[in-house]
Amino acid sequence: MSSADDMVVIQDLKKHFTGIEALDGVSLTVKKGQVIVILGPSGSGKSTLLRCVNQLEEKTSGEIWIDGEKLTHNSKQIDKIRSEIGMVFQHFNLYPHLTVLENITLAQKIVKKISKEKALENAMAQLKRVGIPEKANNYPAQLSGGQQQRVAIARALAMNPKLMLFDEPTSALDPEMIKEVLEVMLDLAKAGITMIVVTHEMGFAKAAADEVVFMDKGQIVEKASPVVFFTNPTHERTKLFLSQILNH
Amino acid sequence: MAQLTNAKVKPPRRNSPEYREYLRLKLRAAPWWLYAIIAIAILTFITIFTNIPFQKAFLFIKAGLSVTITTTLIAFIFALVLGLLTGLGRISDNTFFKNLSTLYVELIRGIPMLVLIFFIAFVGIPGVVNGLKAFGIWLTEIGVSGIGGWLSAIKNEVPMNTRAVIALSTTYGAFLAEIFRAGIQSIGRGQMEAARSQGMSYWQAMRYIILPQAIRNVLPALGNDFISMLKDSSLVSVLAVRDITQIAKLYAGRTFQYQEAYITLAVLYLTMTILLSFLMKFIEKRIQKNEQR
Ligand SMILES: Nc1ncnc2c1ncn2[C@@H]1O[C@H](COP(=O)(O)OP(=O)(O)O)[C@@H](O)[C@H]1O
Ligand SMILES: [Mg+2]
Repeated sequence: MSSADDMVVIQDLKKHFTGIEALDGVSLTVKKGQVIVILGPSGSGKSTLLRCVNQLEEKTSGEIWIDGEKLTHNSKQIDKIRSEIGMVFQHFNLYPHLTVLENITLAQKIVKKISKEKALENAMAQLKRVGIPEKANNYPAQLSGGQQQRVAIARALAMNPKLMLFDEPTSALDPEMIKEVLEVMLDLAKAGITMIVVTHEMGFAKAAADEVVFMDKGQIVEKASPVVFFTNPTHERTKLFLSQILNH
Repeated sequence: MAQLTNAKVKPPRRNSPEYREYLRLKLRAAPWWLYAIIAIAILTFITIFTNIPFQKAFLFIKAGLSVTITTTLIAFIFALVLGLLTGLGRISDNTFFKNLSTLYVELIRGIPMLVLIFFIAFVGIPGVVNGLKAFGIWLTEIGVSGIGGWLSAIKNEVPMNTRAVIALSTTYGAFLAEIFRAGIQSIGRGQMEAARSQGMSYWQAMRYIILPQAIRNVLPALGNDFISMLKDSSLVSVLAVRDITQIAKLYAGRTFQYQEAYITLAVLYLTMTILLSFLMKFIEKRIQKNEQR
């Protein structure tokens, strides 16, 4: 079902919560190196889709392949695949009791068993990549929201992931900090990292996305290249959503 | 009143009418209860060291201090371990451990501490000892004579001091379990998710991410329970363990100097608990300072 140049293949994925079908038959293929932006109203199942991909949420039915490997219930496999997928959360979720460097080195050391020196070296490289090497020895509480989110991205990158998932990474940020985070993400997109990004930042979608996916009520309504999506969407629901977003 | 909570407010000039008002409020806000306790302690110590009957009582009773302190310390360490394991069990997805820890906590909560101490010392521990011995004899019979012989040779007479430690730690293990559980649950779900999303196992996430934060949050509560345990350790005097309470009781019974014995006893506990709560405040301040890094 999954060919060699597919990074993620999702087939007829369903996720049921009591009283709601959060995902109602989602199929999606993400090729290696692609950047997919997911749009959709609140409650449409965007987060649930991302969380099923790294199994923070257990799917009800359907299949998922990551880099050719079919996801199972095996906890060893789950941990291994998670270590290969970076996730960036809306609320950063940095470890507040650890310094920035410790945030970035911990999982390298205890999950990937990388030596302390290598982990540190890698952490510093990632901090340079996101533009805040000078904050290495600070604690998360001493950083601005934008800096914290950049550290969270560095923390994910340090695991050398095959795939990066972003769940509304700029939604909790003050407006003046959104740009610095989007710039880092744009760099990653240009560097060829496979990314699935849930965001309402249309500028980012236009600049970075290979494909834009519009979700509503647990289903994918429309999938198109950014140009087509923003200039000539097919579905009424997409048009309505776009008009709401662009008018506010 | 509000201005007094702000330490930066400058006192008004002396002899001005505002100064009297300022003084009145300041006096009203002072911790008089603390001064009273300190005064009582000082007075009693002066009495103890100047009044011969009190001095005698003190010298006699202080022989129990080391038992009180070591019993409390050792029991608290065991209670910490038991409490942490039980707290983890309470929030675990494993049906067996979840129910086992809940059963333990609910049992302990529903029985008065004094009754628990009797029960554990005279029913629980002999029961376990006899069970182990029977198991050892059975092992020897089926041919596992190594462990079997060792188990069946356990002495029936577990020392009362040991029983006291076991009783106290079993009781407090249940209290501390609830503190640990609340502490772990106070850490947002996002922390566990972030750790798991990096490929950490549940236990790695607990060990490196959740527990360090949770324990820091519950340190004040643990300190409070340590002080409570020091006081509750007086209950083990019913097992004839020679802690300060037991020795004061003996002294009073022998000399009929009830006032001297029990005033000295009360002041000894008070002194220890006050010193401990000062120590706790100091540690909490240190931690707060560290958090403002
Ligand atoms: N843990 C959960 N328990 C119950 N319902 C949930 C849970 N997580 C999400 N949902 C529901 O699933 C639907 C999709 O949620 P979500 O994926 O978070 O949407 P989005 O990210 O697009 O806003 C919503 O109706 C939400 O209330
Ligand atoms: Mg969401």
